[in-house]
Amino acid sequence: MGPPPDQSPTANPRVVGASPQSLLRAHDLRKHFPVKVPRGKSVRAVDGVSFSVRKGETLGIVGESGCGKSTLARLLLHLLAPDAGELTFDGLAVGEPGGISVGALRRQVQMVFQDSYSSLNPRMPVRDSVAFGPFVQGKPKSEARGIARDILSRVGLDPDFFGPRYPHELSGGQKQRVNIARALAVGPRMVILDEPVSALDKSIEAQVLNLLRDLKRQLDLTYVFISHDLNVVQYLSDRVLVMYLGRVMELGPVEAVYERPQHPYTRALLSSRPSMDPSQRIEQPPIIGDPPSPIDPPSGCRFRTRCRFAEAVCSAVDPALGGSDGQQSHVAACHMRDPLSQHSLAGSA
Amino acid sequence: MAAKRTQLLAEVRDLTVRFVSREDTVYAVNGVSFTVQPGEVLCILGESGSGKTVTLRALMRLLPARRARVEGSVRVAGQDVLAMPPRALRDLRGGLVAMVFQEPMTALDPVYPIGDQIIETLRRHTGCDRGAARRRALELLELVRVPSAARRLDAYPHELSGGLRQRAMIAMALSCKPRLLLADEPTTALDATVQVQLLILLRGLQRELGMGMIFVTHDLGVAAEIGDTIAVMYAGRIVESGPVERVMRAPLHPYTVGLLASTVHGQPRGRDINAIPGSPPDLRRLPPGCSFAPRCARRLPVCRLAVPEPRFPEPGRMAACVAVPTSSSPAADATPKTSFSPDFSIRPGASGSRI
Repeated sequence: MGPPPDQSPTANPRVVGASPQSLLRAHDLRKHFPVKVPRGKSVRAVDGVSFSVRKGETLGIVGESGCGKSTLARLLLHLLAPDAGELTFDGLAVGEPGGISVGALRRQVQMVFQDSYSSLNPRMPVRDSVAFGPFVQGKPKSEARGIARDILSRVGLDPDFFGPRYPHELSGGQKQRVNIARALAVGPRMVILDEPVSALDKSIEAQVLNLLRDLKRQLDLTYVFISHDLNVVQYLSDRVLVMYLGRVMELGPVEAVYERPQHPYTRALLSSRPSMDPSQRIEQPPIIGDPPSPIDPPSGCRFRTRCRFAEAVCSAVDPALGGSDGQQSHVAACHMRDPLSQHSLAGSA
Repeated sequence: MAAKRTQLLAEVRDLTVRFVSREDTVYAVNGVSFTVQPGEVLCILGESGSGKTVTLRALMRLLPARRARVEGSVRVAGQDVLAMPPRALRDLRGGLVAMVFQEPMTALDPVYPIGDQIIETLRRHTGCDRGAARRRALELLELVRVPSAARRLDAYPHELSGGLRQRAMIAMALSCKPRLLLADEPTTALDATVQVQLLILLRGLQRELGMGMIFVTHDLGVAAEIGDTIAVMYAGRIVESGPVERVMRAPLHPYTVGLLASTVHGQPRGRDINAIPGSPPDLRRLPPGCSFAPRCARRLPVCRLAVPEPRFPEPGRMAACVAVPTSSSPAADATPKTSFSPDFSIRPGASGSRI
C-alpha cells in the first residue's frame, strides 16, 4: 500500500496532512492484564489514556515503574492489542476497515527498547539485523544491505568495522546505536523510544541523546520518548505527559509543566530530583510511601492515597483532565484545578 | 565518642583486584587507597566497570576466593580483613561491617519471612533468644519506618514493594549495630519518589547511629545528596577525591569535569550536551599511562607514558592528573610545558566524535 518506496530510507514521501495535524492520536486506550491471584482481578496497566502526538514534535512520557508507560508504548505499535480505545495514525484509524493496517502502521512507526542486548538477535551480525527490516518489507537483499550501510554510518558506526560484528562484541552504547539504526532502516516517520538511555552510563547517555537529536532533525522524525528520568525528558521533549497508575495526570508543554506543575504528583516528582548541589539537599521527602498496586487502584483520583491535599471528593469522583483559565494546551487531572469541584482548595492552586 | 586520637574506621591501601581466568585477566581495581573516619560518609562514584562494587566487596572479603587475586591492605577498625581467619570473618560480616545491596529481591531469601531473616542475623551475632530477637527485629523495622511493622515481620519479600524491601534490608544490615555500613547502589532500582525517601532515611540513621558509611553510586545527584566526601573512580582507579561540595562545584580531573558536563541537568534544549567522547577502556587491556587519556580533550604525550601520580592541590583533595598543580605552587609542576588554565573544561568540539 501507499506510494512506491523511495530509494533512501530518509526521504519522506508519505506525509499526507499539514504539519500542525497530529500524527498519532490515542483515544481512551485501555489494557488490563488478568492476574491469577486474586481471582477475577486484573492489572490495570493503561486505563483510559488519550493524547495526540503532533508532527515533528517530541512527546515525553514520564512516570514511575508500574505506571503503564511501557504498556502504552506497546499499544501504540499494536505490539499489544488494546482492550478498548482507538488509535489514529495520520488521520487513518489503525486496524479498522478503511483505515491503516497494523503492518502499514509499523512501516511508519518503529520502536527502540530499553534493553539493547535482548532486542538484538545474538546470532546475526549487526548489518544483517539492520538490513532485515527493509528486506522483509520487500527490498532486494543488496538494496537492504545498502540501506543498512547508510544508516549505520548515520548513527556513528563505521559500517565496515561494525557491520560484520555480533551484538556481544559491542558495548551498551554501540548496541543502542544499532537498535536505533534498525528502527530507522525502514524509514519510519515516528519512533517510539522506550527508556533508550536508562541502561547506559552517563557519559554514553549524553552521546546517544545528542545522536537522537541530530537524527530527528536530519530525518524529520517525530518521537515519543519514554523515560523515568525527568531531566532527560526535559532536555529532549517539546511536550510532556505524566502518568500515574495507568492514567494521565498532567500533559502540557515542557516549560509549562516543569515551571508551573499543576498536579501535586508532578510537583512531587519534580522535587524528588536530586539537586546536584550538596548545600541544597532535600530534607523532607516530597511524598511518602510507594505507588500502590495497579491491581486494585484507589477509587476516584489514583494519587489520593499519597496526596497531602486529598479530601472526600478525591476518593468519590475521578477528576477529569482539564486546563486552567480555559486553555487546553496544559491540562491536569486534579480537583484543585476545577473551581466547580467540591475541593476546598479548588481554583486556588 | 572517645576523645583520644580518632582511629580510622576503614583504611584501604593500594588495593588491587584481578579476576583471573584461563583466557583473560581482568584488572578490576588497580591501586585504590582511601580512608573513612568514624561517622563519615564516603561516596564512591563511578560508571559500570569502574571497580566501585569490587572495591566495596573487598572490604568484606566477599570476592570469590578462587578467581579474585586481591592485593594491598584492607583494615577495618584496625583489623586486617585480608588476613582474617574464616571465623573472625564471619563475626566481621554483619557484625562490625554490614552491607546493603542494590537489588533487595535477590539479596533477601525468598522462602523466609523478612522477620525471620533479621532474627537469624541477630541470634548469630548477639546470641540472644528468639523472643528478644523478635522484639528487636520489630524495633528495627520501626526504625526504618516500615508502616505496620508488626504485620510486616511475617511478610515474605515478594509481598513487599520495592521501597519496603529495601527498608527491610537496611533493617537487617543495622540489626547488629555495625560501625561501618556498606551500601552498593541501594537506591538505583527504586523510583525517584522512593529513592529520595531512602536517601533521607539513610542519612538520618547514619547520623543518629554515628556509623561510617561507604555509599557506591553511579549517580552524581545521589552522591550530592548523601556524601561527605566523594571518590570518583575510573577504570579501577580513584581519579579524584575530596569534600563533596568542592568536587561538585570545582572538579579538577577532566573525567569528573566531563561527567558533570554530560549529566543532563537543566541544559538548554536544542543544544548538544558536552558528552565525553568514546567509551571506557576494556579492563583486560588497559591502556598504559592514564586510563582516561584516550578520551581526554586535554591529554598530553606524557599522559600515555605513566599513570599520573596523585596530586593534592588543596587540603583534603586529590586528583590524579598531570594538569592539576601539585600542592599550592603550580610552577612546580612535573610538566612545565603545560599551561594550566583554572577554568578547565572539556571543549564542545569533542562532543561531535562518536564511539
